[in-house]
Amino acid sequence: MMYGWCGKIAKIDLTTQSWEIEEPEQSVYHKFIGGRGLAGHYLAPHIHLAWDDPEMPVLIFCGPLTHTISPTPGRSTFMSRSPLTGTIGDSSVGGRFGTELKKAGLDGMIITGRSSNTVGIEIKDASIQIVSADAMRGMTTSQAWAGLKSHGSVAAIGPAAENNVRFSNIIIDKHYAAGRNGLGLIFAAKNLKYITVRGTGKTRIFHPGNLKKAREEIMRLMSASPVISGRFGISKYGTGALYDLMDARNMMPTDNFQKTKFPDAASMNAHAYDKQFQPKKTGCRGCHVQCKKITDTGRSIPEFETMSHFSALIGNHDREVVMEANRICNEMGMDTISAASTLACYQEISGHPISSAKIVEVLLDIAYGKGSYANLGMGSARYAQSCGKPDAAVAVKNQDLSAYDPRGALGMALAFAVSTRGACHLRAYPISHEILRKPVATDRFQFAGKARIIKINEDVNAVVDSLTACKFTFFAASLEEYASVFSAVTGQSITGQDLLKIGERICYQERMMNAKNGFSRKDDDLPPRFFMEKKADLSDSILKPIDRNAFQKSLSDYYTVRGLDQDGMPVPEKASELGLEWI
Amino acid sequence: MFLEFEKKLCAGGLTERSSPLMGFLDAALEWNRNDSSIPLLEKVIQGLSINSILFSKPAEPYQTIISYLAETSKGVIYPEDCETRTFLHDLPISRTLDTGEIVTILKKRKGVIIPDLGLITYGMVSLEQAYVTYSSICFACFVKFFSDYLWALRNGSVDHLFQKTFSQVVKMLDPYPSFTGSLIKGPLDSEQLVLEAMDEAGRLTVENRLVDSYFGNISCRLGNILYISQTGSSLDNLTGCIDPVPMDGTSCTGITASSELDAHLGIIRETGCHTILHGHPKFSVILSMDCDKAGCDQKGKCHIQCSEERDICGIPVVPGEVGTGVYGLCNTVPKAIQEHDGVIVFGHGLFTIGSEDFYRPFSNLFHIENQCREEYFRRVSDLLSP
Ligand SMILES: [Zn+2]
Repeated sequence: MMYGWCGKIAKIDLTTQSWEIEEPEQSVYHKFIGGRGLAGHYLAPHIHLAWDDPEMPVLIFCGPLTHTISPTPGRSTFMSRSPLTGTIGDSSVGGRFGTELKKAGLDGMIITGRSSNTVGIEIKDASIQIVSADAMRGMTTSQAWAGLKSHGSVAAIGPAAENNVRFSNIIIDKHYAAGRNGLGLIFAAKNLKYITVRGTGKTRIFHPGNLKKAREEIMRLMSASPVISGRFGISKYGTGALYDLMDARNMMPTDNFQKTKFPDAASMNAHAYDKQFQPKKTGCRGCHVQCKKITDTGRSIPEFETMSHFSALIGNHDREVVMEANRICNEMGMDTISAASTLACYQEISGHPISSAKIVEVLLDIAYGKGSYANLGMGSARYAQSCGKPDAAVAVKNQDLSAYDPRGALGMALAFAVSTRGACHLRAYPISHEILRKPVATDRFQFAGKARIIKINEDVNAVVDSLTACKFTFFAASLEEYASVFSAVTGQSITGQDLLKIGERICYQERMMNAKNGFSRKDDDLPPRFFMEKKADLSDSILKPIDRNAFQKSLSDYYTVRGLDQDGMPVPEKASELGLEWI
Repeated sequence: MFLEFEKKLCAGGLTERSSPLMGFLDAALEWNRNDSSIPLLEKVIQGLSINSILFSKPAEPYQTIISYLAETSKGVIYPEDCETRTFLHDLPISRTLDTGEIVTILKKRKGVIIPDLGLITYGMVSLEQAYVTYSSICFACFVKFFSDYLWALRNGSVDHLFQKTFSQVVKMLDPYPSFTGSLIKGPLDSEQLVLEAMDEAGRLTVENRLVDSYFGNISCRLGNILYISQTGSSLDNLTGCIDPVPMDGTSCTGITASSELDAHLGIIRETGCHTILHGHPKFSVILSMDCDKAGCDQKGKCHIQCSEERDICGIPVVPGEVGTGVYGLCNTVPKAIQEHDGVIVFGHGLFTIGSEDFYRPFSNLFHIENQCREEYFRRVSDLLSP
């Protein structure tokens, strides 16, 4: 008998419109936990396929802590091969999809094949139906949600994915984006418009008393955390709370990363949105932080990355435009970070600023693949390449950098470069110690020590994405506390350090998958502008260009610590030490 | 890097000068000095995913205290002060210097006590974590030892070993701190003056061993700005670690401010004071947990919902946890501090306030702690005399 896990995974084939239930060995769960770990395990054998090959699977997994009283349990992982980067593509997403999946008795689902017409998948407890969705083609994500919400939690794509936008998202429950890697496009490639899921089951808990105790320890730490629960924390202001800090630390990406200070930052901060729109708190199922901010009329306050990139990065000073750009991206199912970055890249290359008044119109053209901006749907890296100016795209492995200038946090610089899904701030989240001082502060202008810190925190976050839990919790708690939660839920006695070992396995497997597709040291690099004295106008800033030699040294150190060779490639001995099959 | 923490450990009376052995690991492993324990610690490091380690024998009286607690416990020490409850949970013991046992313990907890030999602690981000855990274990054991003794005395359960150890420990205590100097005088009417005064008050608080450097926070109001120490900053090294927080809430830069920001703002709102100092002086913490109310139905929950109006030498004692939760001390401290020189938070520490500069909060922190220490030994001698 299993606790925490359901022991069941649904395998759905859209070509044959059939499905079956797999019951994995318990050892598979112990090796990969759930969420990102388990999804990676099922993706690995297929990673050599093209992203639009019908046999390329889409994997959606929750974890053993989903639908329990564990703090921040409501996330799930969506994974496939990324159409944007070619690397593994995954996204940890909030809302209530993971919770409903678990309630339906599933740890995950694996979707393969391609339907001949547009379909939706509807899961209700043990029943799985593949239904025609031809009539829903072209619908925005909120239209889809409105028609489907009575079926439970909704994951749907919008027009952007249907029109081949490389950075299209899957939108969960109207407000939550499975973002960044272009995963919406995988749904479209399968002719899959949406998935709904609703369940009525309960998660079996091994020791409810210990779980309650372990939960209280984490809650106490979260209450003690200024970043989460403080007067200016994300519970009060959402992730936009970081906006002022990035301004104060001179690392707000401005004018496509050509500057690091945005003169209008003070009027575009979280407080200004709060005052103007007076949003209410909401959030993922089962989470008490409630960092999502939504107004009475259902408008979503942008996340920090969106707030920053749709203002400083593209030179927009109008909050209402940021709100609308955010809304349109969600409606169309497009990644906000990549959308804004692509506009910024276009502005730099063309020398023609897009006026604030025109931004929404341009976004719609991208999503619908029409008008003179249609080609921006290929994303900044491909667009810059096509213009013969590849350096104008501020991306790693074709994925745009989020709103932290790496010159202002050198751990972040390394983390952007080595992330297995292209530039990503969340894989190792060094902002936590370099800027937010958690668990302790590190010197943000030093590479010394960062290689191992990045490696360890990548492992931590791989566990977090597999349990599942929210990374924000880890501003306060650590795997030490989550190990107690895990043990109480599953009955498997485990320590924080044991979990870290699993995290290392998950990360190494991702490196192996990328290596299989030709990714190596040459791809673990930052755009040239961050190393160049002249390119950036840093005259009003305390930031300096990154020392290329120091960066390369840190990268080499990272490979050593991670157990890769100096070309960034996995080695069979390390793989076998971690219990991984060579791919 | 090593030097900073060697200095802190020695200055705080936490180790002898030659004792701390520190390792830091990025791609390669570095040590602060040579030592015969290095091969053993290297094995410990291999068994864990960490980047720094600290092994040291605590200075007296900590060493005697920790050895006693280890000897009389059943493998784990359970202190009840707020720091331990929140961050360390409990303090495990390894009976021998056995790599396997040490690794097993450290896989679960941030530090391990090896009786008579010392403490091993580690960090996953920096050596500072190892230092903080080391310092917290010393603090927690000190507080537990004196609390337990008073409790045992009340309950007539002090045995020969406890009595003997207690007498030894008392002889090794630091002398009562005294201070005759002066501090920067108010009004603190410029940013530069504010920063200098905060720097000085923080440093003096640590230098006089009123608190260990990691434990405490400090703030000063200038116009509509509250200058406050950052979360996880050290009171004796505040340069670059003070956040200016607009009191009208128009900017979130205060997101990195001390977790007690809300308590500081609440105190200012309730009292109109301009300067606040908060630290964890040991005897204030010990006495705050000494309660002789028999058959209390809140037992075990004193730190969150003690319903008694308590005071020590006229200084109110209130419940409250770190931060801003339902039981957060920001809900109890501001009300209680009105018309008093300070407030003691149960099992946690002391807040003191001033109107112009840091002289009053600093000297009151001093006096209250000394009063608490005197009061502690008065209670002991009252209980000892028939
Ligand atoms: Zn405190």
